[in-house]
Amino acid sequence: MTDAQTSILPAASETDADVPLVELRDVTRSFPGPPEVQALKGATLTVAPGDYISIVGPSGSGKSTMLNILGLLDRPSVGEYRLSGSLTGDLSDDERAAVRARFIGFVFQSFHLLPRRTVLDNVLLPMLYSGVPRREREERAREALTRVGLGHRIDFFPNSLSGGERQRVAVARAVVSGPRLLLADEPTGNLDQRTSGEVMSLFEELNEDGLTLIVITHDDGVARRARRCIRISDGRLSEL
Amino acid sequence: MIGRFRRSRRTSDEDQQAAMTDAAGTPLVPAIAHADRFTFQDLVAEATSDIGSRPARLVMTILGTVLGIASLVATIGFAQTAAAQIASQFDGAAATRVVVTAAKAQSGSQNQSVAAGRLPWDSPERVTSLAGVESATLLGEVELTEGETITAVPVNDPSAAAVASPRLFSASPDLLDTAEGGLVTGRFFDAGHDSRADRVAVLGERAAERMGINRVDSQPSVFIGGVAYAVIGIVDGMERRSELQDAVIIPTGAARADFGLLAPSELDIRIVVGAGPQVADQAVLALQPDDPESLEAKAPSGSSDLSQSVQSDVNVVFLILGVIALLAGGLGIANVTLLSVMERIGEIGLRRALGATRRQIGAQFMVESIVIGFIGGLIGSALGVFAVIAVAVVQGWTPVTDPLIALAGAVLGAVVGWGSGWYPARRAARVEPVAALRGG
Repeated sequence: MTDAQTSILPAASETDADVPLVELRDVTRSFPGPPEVQALKGATLTVAPGDYISIVGPSGSGKSTMLNILGLLDRPSVGEYRLSGSLTGDLSDDERAAVRARFIGFVFQSFHLLPRRTVLDNVLLPMLYSGVPRREREERAREALTRVGLGHRIDFFPNSLSGGERQRVAVARAVVSGPRLLLADEPTGNLDQRTSGEVMSLFEELNEDGLTLIVITHDDGVARRARRCIRISDGRLSEL
Repeated sequence: MIGRFRRSRRTSDEDQQAAMTDAAGTPLVPAIAHADRFTFQDLVAEATSDIGSRPARLVMTILGTVLGIASLVATIGFAQTAAAQIASQFDGAAATRVVVTAAKAQSGSQNQSVAAGRLPWDSPERVTSLAGVESATLLGEVELTEGETITAVPVNDPSAAAVASPRLFSASPDLLDTAEGGLVTGRFFDAGHDSRADRVAVLGERAAERMGINRVDSQPSVFIGGVAYAVIGIVDGMERRSELQDAVIIPTGAARADFGLLAPSELDIRIVVGAGPQVADQAVLALQPDDPESLEAKAPSGSSDLSQSVQSDVNVVFLILGVIALLAGGLGIANVTLLSVMERIGEIGLRRALGATRRQIGAQFMVESIVIGFIGGLIGSALGVFAVIAVAVVQGWTPVTDPLIALAGAVLGAVVGWGSGWYPARRAARVEPVAALRGG
């Protein structure tokens, strides 16, 4: 029962390449008004394991709604969402939380680090909920921080770090439980050019190790570094 | 075992199982070993780690609870201390004393009250064998006839100013023991003096002073109605019978022989604490088995009644004030916890995104509120106990507080925190992660 989750990132060979990791089919998300807003209109998207996708679009185009549905934080109004071949529509609230804990990592524009916890404690936090064996937790947190180049900052508080460093802590936190899918919402939105580059390089390294990445951005430079680029406009997807 | 979600309640459903495994048949979310789940210790650690990070706010949050608990603990402590104080004074003075006298009865024609019965001369022997009796003394007041006096000089000087004579009492030899008196000098008369009706006298300290007698080695005498009595001792103390301080005490036998004492006036019994009602009931039977109603025994009222009555009416007002302060304290915790939920909405969203369930989020704020209440209760209890001790020290009392009261105060604080945290925790659990993560 506890055999899974021994490496930080699962190797690509663990998953069947024929089964898409993410499969959206005719997903519509409407918010009851008045006026009723359709943030997504019949979105269909297939992401293979190990893929690296960017989703671009102006603000208000439905990017965040898309990410929320992909991250099981929101439910489609119409349509189906399969995660690694499994339908997610019938999952209970607690089951969705469990899938988020074990399967999905999040990186946010505004980092969302806990200000009164050290860098190490921030990275330990997701493992509370994902059930990584207790004796492995600290070692994995240190490994993840070393991997993002912050092994020397583990006892710092987030407020004493630069924006780029904070986002790297957030990336370490997102991958420490060993997710299969990493969702990033405007990860470089609060960063300058140089630190953006650092974070994007980190994403590329993680992708090379087999992690499936979906990055939402309105920065074309960031978007172009992905293997596939999806444009979202007025709730509709189009592949570029 | 394949494809089990933790906390899943629908594992028997085939469709559900299919939904939880990927196409290769490996579980989407493998089960977690029990030890690695989010445990109660994790919950407490998460809930308490931020409590001390804002000391000023914490102080403001717990102030109401502290005051409420402190006033409750102090009020109960004051009541207990006061009751114990009253009980101890009461016990010291009278709780160890039973007095038996002849009952008074109206004599029909002359409308005078006369003694209905009489105490037997061997009363002390009859009651000392009763359980709870420590010692007993038969006392009688001897009325001298008109013109007879008690003086230290044998001649009656007609030119001397009239001085009131000291009172004359007869007593059995156990008086000092029963009345808890002491000897200033000399000795008390014994059973031999009594049975032989020896003319010996013991003086109360004030009577001795008035008659100018301060030592007994020169064998001074007092003249009682012209009869010489050898003074063999001077006594003091006897707080239970202060009238004896200013009296001449002679053996009962002498009083009967020389002054025709008809009956002793009362039997004074010293008892162990708490034996009062029982000794009173038994003594009259032991003294007058054939007519117990002819005697009257006065016993101390039960001290428990007294302290209870004190406890019940002491400070109902303070208790009410304490409860009101506690309610205000609870509202304070509720407000600040609610504010904390609103402030930490981003953190709640993050935790939900990281896989925390609504229940875990709610429990976190609940435990935080309970812990804050408990801290308030603990401080309040300590302050309350301290207040009781301070007042007791100033008043010179013995502080008395049930240790359970202090413990109960701390627990009550936790209960207040629990009640106050309920609504904020519910709000926290209902936070939608999507809304919480937006902007922030």
